[in-house]
Amino acid sequence: MQPPKTLLDFIPFFLGGIPVTLEITFVAMAVAIPVAVVLALGRMSRHAVLRWPAGFVIEFFRGSSALVQLFWAFYVLPLFGITLPPLLCGVLVLGLNEGSYMSEVVRAGLEAVPKGQREAGVALGLPARYRLFRIILPQALPLMVPPFGNELITMLKFTALVSLVTIQDLSFRASLIGSTLGESGPIFGLTIVVYFVLALILGGGMRLLERWVARRAGRQLAQAAGAGPLARAPSSIPAWAVGAGG
Amino acid sequence: MKSAPEPPLSEALLSMRGISKSYGERKILDRIDLDVAPREKVAVIGPSGSGKTTILRAAIGLVKPDEGTIRIDGAYLWHEQTPHGLRPAGERHARKVRRAVGIVFQQFNLFPHMTALENVREPLVHALGLPRRESDARARDLLGQVGLKDHLGKHPAQLSGGQQQRVAIARSLALQPKIMLFDEVTSALDPELVGEVLRVVRDLAHASDMSMLIVTHEISFAADIADRVLMFDAGKIVEAGPPSQVLKNPVNPRTRQFLRAVLER
Amino acid sequence: MSGFHWDWGFAWSIVPELLEGVVVTVIATVLGSLLAFALGLVWTFVRIAQLRVITPAVWFLVQFIRGTPLLIQLYFLFYVLPTWGITVSGLATGIIALGLFFSAYTAEIYRAGIEDLPAGQWEAALTLGLPVHRVWLGIILPQAIRAVLPVLGNVVISMFKQTALLSTITVLELLAHGMSIGQMTYRFVEPLTLVGAIYFAVSYLSARAIRSLETKDEIRA
Repeated sequence: MQPPKTLLDFIPFFLGGIPVTLEITFVAMAVAIPVAVVLALGRMSRHAVLRWPAGFVIEFFRGSSALVQLFWAFYVLPLFGITLPPLLCGVLVLGLNEGSYMSEVVRAGLEAVPKGQREAGVALGLPARYRLFRIILPQALPLMVPPFGNELITMLKFTALVSLVTIQDLSFRASLIGSTLGESGPIFGLTIVVYFVLALILGGGMRLLERWVARRAGRQLAQAAGAGPLARAPSSIPAWAVGAGG
Repeated sequence: MKSAPEPPLSEALLSMRGISKSYGERKILDRIDLDVAPREKVAVIGPSGSGKTTILRAAIGLVKPDEGTIRIDGAYLWHEQTPHGLRPAGERHARKVRRAVGIVFQQFNLFPHMTALENVREPLVHALGLPRRESDARARDLLGQVGLKDHLGKHPAQLSGGQQQRVAIARSLALQPKIMLFDEVTSALDPELVGEVLRVVRDLAHASDMSMLIVTHEISFAADIADRVLMFDAGKIVEAGPPSQVLKNPVNPRTRQFLRAVLER
Repeated sequence: MSGFHWDWGFAWSIVPELLEGVVVTVIATVLGSLLAFALGLVWTFVRIAQLRVITPAVWFLVQFIRGTPLLIQLYFLFYVLPTWGITVSGLATGIIALGLFFSAYTAEIYRAGIEDLPAGQWEAALTLGLPVHRVWLGIILPQAIRAVLPVLGNVVISMFKQTALLSTITVLELLAHGMSIGQMTYRFVEPLTLVGAIYFAVSYLSARAIRSLETKDEIRA
């Protein structure tokens, strides 16, 4: 008779969920970024025929529950003949959902580029597509990197939902281990710590990316208040107002 | 902070000695000596960046000087007097000394979520600890003095700039300070509202025993009420004297240059 | 064998049961929001007081909460609380989890509201000799909270959408009812679509309402 399994026996299986979680995070992000750009451009378009659908998509995905969207794609779409593999399901829903939120970041970044840039392009007779990709976007992208960094971590947290549609990510494996052992507390505690560490690593990576992008764009970073769960910023609260006994 | 020779205690209400302050590379104040006697009204003029606002804020302790001492009504603002001599003191000590000083800001700084009456009542109730009824009566009285007895229940957003500034004056008067500081109190106002505020300050100057230190661009006003005028430039006092001299017949070329530019407006 | 045909009769028939779920959803949202608002204030006070051990500990806890998935926090509390002697219903656990998770956001929101206040407010309070506790309670916090009310409103809306996660810990809220109908009748189209529509309708309309209140405020100011 085999000795009953302990938590330690399941650790390899558990850690095998990390690459799955990270893969989903990055692939969904790869979907979300173009979605965000397309939606932002659509929203800012002068043609109502582009503006309204873009606006609707954004409001729809932002305005409803992500879990419901996921379940709908997983349980209802097949009944319409569209059966997506779970992974694709998850990545698409996460990408569209997060992309809708990120379209705001893109829009803000694009609007932060001085209007004179576009006008100079027009005056030089440059076509619209050239203006967008070679003049506006290169200036807007460095501004978008810090908020994108935050969104990346949001996406990481988001991926936990796909465990509910049978994808064997970190959360799924944790649940499985928990129910197998009959004791879920410790494994979920460990899971939280692992997610936090992953978030720290991703945050650190994003901060490096921020600096690299800023250097390439020839700009100085004003403050290291960028992405990551441990980022801090200076305070405007005067010193006399803080201290023991607030 | 090093000490410096001071006038005898009985003379100055506000005594600033050797005050220096720098922000990074820029030296805003360069070893300023400034006294205000009891009941004296002192006007301060000069271009922006000359340090005149900074010296005012230092007088009430909003700015801590890099060097020098400040005495208010005999007590040191940033030092404690111990049997062994002077010792640097912190915020809590400054709080007590600060009581004798009041300030009216250029931006009014009224509390927007309170009515005019509540604004004036605030220091009476929470700084002086007066009971509600007495605070109420005093606040009404003060607002009446500045001509706003019909506007007690209004919020700052419902008042004009001139009215807001008058509320601010009433509020600062609540603590009955021995010296009142005025930081360009009409500079943020539309021209037609400047007069009503100046009138209130003028009445205060004539009617009360309070000392005043007034930073202003209003030259004729300064000429009218000041006992002494100080001209600031690049962190130093370049000229000091009665209005008849500094404003009418200035000795220092920079004073002359400044006045010519201001009065030509 | 497709569910192409939308059965209106069926759809109307399940509405009452879905509404039962809505009641639970609303309760979870309201109580969770109140907890998040209150806890956020607690974290803010701890931060202001700059206590030696508690403040860094709280700050770390808040970063932890913000940086990890709500789903896992939910599971963790659901399984761990009973072992700590706290036996509460799934709904209560969900409310605690939601309150904790979103308190990390409300704390940050309060902080931003406080930082945004003009320096002149602090200066006026100081020069009027107001004691520190009065400055916070009577001058700063009332203005800061008033200023961030729209953002707090958005927190409530976000929480409303996240209550769907409570279905995974046996709470019979809106999504749980929808899924159980689907699993019992094998018809998922109507229940899940209606569930989605209800979430969307409430969130979207609330967000619009908040935005219109915001612009009204701006016009007045």
